[in-house]
Amino acid sequence: MSASLNADGPMIRLEQVHKTYQLGEMQVHALRGVSLHIEDSEFVAVMGASGSGKSTLMNIIGCLDRPTRGQYFLDGADVSTLTKNELARIRNRKLGFVFQQFNLLSRTSALENVELPTVYSALPPEERVKRAREALARVGLANRADHHPSQLSGGQQQRVAIARALVNHPQILLADEPTGNLDSRTSVEIMEILQELNEEQGLTVIMVTHEQDIAQYAKRAIVFRDGKILHDRKIEERLVAKDVLLTLPAGESSEEAASGEAGQAEKGSAQAAAPA
Amino acid sequence: MELLNTLALALRALSRNKMRSSLTMLGIIIGVGAVIATVSIGQGANYLVQQGIQNMGTNAVFIAAGSGRPGGARMGSWAVKSLVMDDIQAVLREVPLIREAAPGVMSRGQVVYQNQNWNTSIMGTTPNYFQIRNWPVQSGSTFSQEEVDLAANVCVLGTTVANILFPVENPIGKTVRIGNLPFRVTGVLESKGQSTNGDDQDDRIFAPYTTVQKKIAGITWIQFIVASAVTQDASLAAVQPITELLRERHRIRRGEDDDFFVRTQTEVADLANQTQSVMTLLLGSIASVSLLVGGIGIMNIMLVSVTERTREIGVRMAVGATEGDVQNQFLVEAVTLSMVGGLIGIIVGLAGSALINKVLRWPVLISVKAMIIAALFSVAVGIFFGFYPARKAARLDPIEALRYE
Repeated sequence: MSASLNADGPMIRLEQVHKTYQLGEMQVHALRGVSLHIEDSEFVAVMGASGSGKSTLMNIIGCLDRPTRGQYFLDGADVSTLTKNELARIRNRKLGFVFQQFNLLSRTSALENVELPTVYSALPPEERVKRAREALARVGLANRADHHPSQLSGGQQQRVAIARALVNHPQILLADEPTGNLDSRTSVEIMEILQELNEEQGLTVIMVTHEQDIAQYAKRAIVFRDGKILHDRKIEERLVAKDVLLTLPAGESSEEAASGEAGQAEKGSAQAAAPA
Repeated sequence: MELLNTLALALRALSRNKMRSSLTMLGIIIGVGAVIATVSIGQGANYLVQQGIQNMGTNAVFIAAGSGRPGGARMGSWAVKSLVMDDIQAVLREVPLIREAAPGVMSRGQVVYQNQNWNTSIMGTTPNYFQIRNWPVQSGSTFSQEEVDLAANVCVLGTTVANILFPVENPIGKTVRIGNLPFRVTGVLESKGQSTNGDDQDDRIFAPYTTVQKKIAGITWIQFIVASAVTQDASLAAVQPITELLRERHRIRRGEDDDFFVRTQTEVADLANQTQSVMTLLLGSIASVSLLVGGIGIMNIMLVSVTERTREIGVRMAVGATEGDVQNQFLVEAVTLSMVGGLIGIIVGLAGSALINKVLRWPVLISVKAMIIAALFSVAVGIFFGFYPARKAARLDPIEALRYE
């Protein structure tokens, strides 16, 4: 996968970032001077109670929002001064998003969903389909390309969403509560994919979660409180999803992982596992 | 994002909601269909009128006694005694643009044959009238110049009169009574149909003008002159010299009004043309209102669609769609709706015109211009009414949009 262009500096550098919202008469200080470095190939869990500023941080890192004050350098470039269209381009080329609600387009096949970002990156149609198929294969859903989201289980939908995030070969994967709507075994399976992407392909993963056990799969945890970093530490006793899966009882979702066979029975059970 | 891409995207989005898309298009379909059909009917009617005028002879020049007000003033004008046979001779002599001229003396009367009778108009004229009007006999012959000179009791029947008085017999050589006078039928004219103002031109009897003047109407003047110019252009050019000539002959002083009026078929044609254009425009604009309503329907549905797809818009923006991309997507969707609607509408309009033509037997004339205008107009409707919803979509904040429930 793509390596950082300037290997020297950090991939993400936030300097005294403030974010203030105007909520009616009230001013909400979502971020109060956050400074943060995230290096290439890190796996960071961002934690904190709701309203602690972690979502605002993700929005700023994801170039969906701009800081009120302070600077944000992405890959060496100051992002805080870019125009909306330039930010859209960065989201398209350098970032991949995974959401708690999956946010797949309904009545649209998995393949088309995965293709979505490539539509905005001026790729020729054949290349788009090729990349989308590759990305689907990467998350083990090559045989589900023509299924619509309603025909897929929650775990499968989230994997389609991950494939969508990967299709433009980003440098950073931003996951906002990726397991929030999934059962525990499926959650571990999603963590398995994220760990593989991080370790085998060197993809930088930044994941917001409020679950301590999910955060244990990351390499570093940043905890927020009241718009500031409470603490930032390396994860001790890191969990490895592959090993954890072996200890878990095989659920109905285990057959999804065995993506080789697409029997009728399997299809039926997958449909039964409707998303929450 | 290139246009083809956006178009494919729009088509996919619209096909996901087939029912809604087709109902939305219905407004435009009806609008465009109505425009096409009404314009076709209007143009068909116009064509019919023009045909009628052609039928009268495009070179024709009418000179009638009375003031020049057309329509209502005409009946009264026949009481004016200003025109005489010598005027015809003078016009033929002095205005070389006029090739032929025939008098017209009108009267009405009860026409009787055995137990059949009919009240109709009787026109006194000369044989060349039938040449000027390009109106041949279907059987027998017209009366001759000698019979005009002798004021003979002969007549030529229009088909309507002939059919009523002679349902079975051959009228040629028979004697009908007009008032108390017996008239020998020399011929029956071919059918001319309705005139441009709806009169049945075949409901008429023609006799020598001398006979009508002396024996039926009891007058010495004539009521109008039907002349034919050498060409269509000449008919217009002849108006001025005829007017001058007749003013001189009638001793009308400078500043006084004419006691006659001159009208050419070309003028009548132009007038009819104008009336028809106004009619077509009126019909067209009424139909355009439904196109407007269709456009509002598109705007309504697009606004609903934007609200419904707020999350989709958020996702698209998160994965790299710019404001412009989102705006174009919705704009192209709206234009696709209106354009496909417009194309279907054209087909519906053509089918409707064909149906009206078949069932009601109205003449229709398909206008390619109207089709092109309707197509362009429907695209314009799509852009106009799609812009606001598209703008609304593009202005969404991606963070808010992603959170939208």
